[in-house]
Amino acid sequence: MTTVLDPTNERAPAEWQRRPRPASIEGKVIGLLDISKPRGDVFLDRLAQRLTEHGATVERFAKPTFTKPAPIDLRHEISTKCDLVIEALAD
Amino acid sequence: MTVAETTSPPGPRLAAPALPDGLVVVVKRECETCVMVEPVLSDLAQRAGLTVYVQDDPGFPASVTDRIHDDDLSLSWHHGIETVPTLLRVVDGEEAGREVGWSRERWEALTGMDGLGPGLPAMRPGCGSESVDPDRTDELRVRFTGSRLRARHIELATLEDPFEAMFDRGWSDGLPLVPPTPARVLAMLDGTSRDPGEVVAVVPPDLADCTVEKVAINTVMAGCRPEYLPVVLAALEATCNDDFNMHGLLATTMPVGPVLIVNGPVRHRIGMNSGRNVLGQGNRAGLTIGRAVQLVVRNVGGGRPGEVDRAAHGNPGKLSFCFPEDEEGSPFTPLCTEFGFEAGTDTVTAFGGEGPRCVVDQLSRDPESLCRTFAACLQTAHHPKLVMAFDVVLVMGPEHGRIFAEAGWTRTQTRDRIVELSVRPGAELVRGAGGITEGMPEQFADHDLPKVRPHGLRIVHAGGGAGLFSMMITGWVNGEKGTDPACRAITS
Repeated sequence: MTTVLDPTNERAPAEWQRRPRPASIEGKVIGLLDISKPRGDVFLDRLAQRLTEHGATVERFAKPTFTKPAPIDLRHEISTKCDLVIEALAD
Repeated sequence: MTVAETTSPPGPRLAAPALPDGLVVVVKRECETCVMVEPVLSDLAQRAGLTVYVQDDPGFPASVTDRIHDDDLSLSWHHGIETVPTLLRVVDGEEAGREVGWSRERWEALTGMDGLGPGLPAMRPGCGSESVDPDRTDELRVRFTGSRLRARHIELATLEDPFEAMFDRGWSDGLPLVPPTPARVLAMLDGTSRDPGEVVAVVPPDLADCTVEKVAINTVMAGCRPEYLPVVLAALEATCNDDFNMHGLLATTMPVGPVLIVNGPVRHRIGMNSGRNVLGQGNRAGLTIGRAVQLVVRNVGGGRPGEVDRAAHGNPGKLSFCFPEDEEGSPFTPLCTEFGFEAGTDTVTAFGGEGPRCVVDQLSRDPESLCRTFAACLQTAHHPKLVMAFDVVLVMGPEHGRIFAEAGWTRTQTRDRIVELSVRPGAELVRGAGGITEGMPEQFADHDLPKVRPHGLRIVHAGGGAGLFSMMITGWVNGEKGTDPACRAITS
C-alpha cells in the first residue's frame, strides 16, 4: 500500500447543491453580471428587457475588468440583492 | 579552551530526547575509530563520568557501564549526530561543546582532562552516523518529523498502480507524476528553511491559500529535487499577485502561460542550462520547476484546461517554461536589474507569454542593422497592426549578443533603439488599412506608434554559442487589464 499526500486545496467535496428551480420568475430580483467584455452590454440589455417583460426585477452589475475575478465586495452585494443570478461564460 | 564546533541538526528538534549533563559520546561498534578510542571512553568514565550512546551493538563498549542503546536513533537524529564518535559536553541540559572524530588535543580541551589515549595516534577521523545513512534517512525523517505534515493522507490500494491512481484523481498535467509520499515530501521540505505551514501565495482561480507544504507536494510530483524548491516558491510569489494576474493568464483564450526566467548564482547551484537548447528539452531543473508552478495552479488553484483555463490553443510552454539567463556571457546587465535587483541576486522573473519563435539574422555585423532586424520581426507579434498592447521578451543568442558587446552597447541603449526603430505611422495600423479589417482604432491614425510600450521589450541573453539566431516570446495583454512582468527574490 502506498500513502501519498493530497496535492489539492482539499476543498472537496466541492459539489454545491443548486437551489430548486423557481416555478416563475415573476416578482423575483434577477442579477445580471456583465464581465466587461466588448458588446456584452448589448446582449445583457436584451436579456434584461425579456426578463422584465416576464415580471422580474433586474439588477445590473459589472466586473471592473474581464481579466480578473469579481471583487469580493461585488460578489457580496450580488448575493444580498438578488434572488437569482445569471452568469455565463462566452467569448 | 578550544571553542567547540557545533553543527545544526538535520530537522527541527521535535520531542528531542534530553541529553544528560556531563560528558556524552555517541558511538557505533562498526566504526574502527570508535573501537580504537574505547580505552579513552573507559578512562573518561572513571575520571569524569561519561554517558555512552551506542547506535548498533548494545554491548559496546564493554568497559563502560553507563551505556544507552540508541536503537531507534532518536537521540542521534534529534541532536544532529553526523559522525561517530561525537563527543558532547552538556551543561544544564544544553549542549556546550562538540567534537567529531578523535583528536587528542580537542578532546582534552573539551573535557578538561589531560593524558587521554597515550598510546593512540593524535587524531583519526570518525565514521558516518547511522542516523545519516542514506538508506535510512527517509524512514527516520518520516518517523521523527512526519507529524509536521498537515496535508490529507491518501491511501492507495495495494492493487492500485500509484501512477494510474494519480491520473485518475485528476492531478496530472498529462504526464506521469512522482508519487508524493510523506518521505519524499519531507525530503523536499528540507530544501527550504521556510515553515511548512507558511502561506506562500493565494492561488487562482479558487483563490486558495497555498502553504509551503502544498507547494512541496506538487514540487515532488513535478520531479524536482529539494534544492529547486526555493525557486518554485519565488516563482509562485512572482505569479500569484495582482500585477502578474495569474488568474487572467489562466482564464484567457490566448495561448499564454507563465514564462519564468531565473537570474543569480542559484542557476549554477541547481544545474540549470542557459546554453545550447536553453528553451528545449533535457534539463531537469528548468523543466521541473516550470512544471511544479503549473501543477500548483492546477491542483491548489483548481485551474484546469476546459474549466477556468479557456485557452483556444494553449502552447507547449504551458506544461513548463522556465530557463536561466546566461549572465556570464552577456553583453548586458542581468534582467533582474530592470526590476531593481542588484546583479548577482537570485531572482525569478515571471512573464506572461506564448511560445518562443526564431529570429534569423546571419548577415548583420553591426548593432544598427541587427536592431532593425529585431524591430522588423517584432512587428509580427500577434498581429502587425496591433501595437503597444503586448510586451515581448527577446532571448538574444550569444552570436547576436557578441555584436552588441563589441560595440559596447548597454541593455537600455539596445532596447530603446529597437523600440524606436519599430515605430510606424498610425495610418498604416488602423482598422481597414492595407485591406485588413483588424487593426488599431481610428483615433490613432495621426500618431506614430512603436510596436511595444516603453519598457515593453525585455532582453534576456541565453542560447548556444553557434547560430546567428535569437528568439522572441510574445506576451499577453499588458498593464492593468492584463499582466505586468514581476520579479521576486529567491530565499533559501
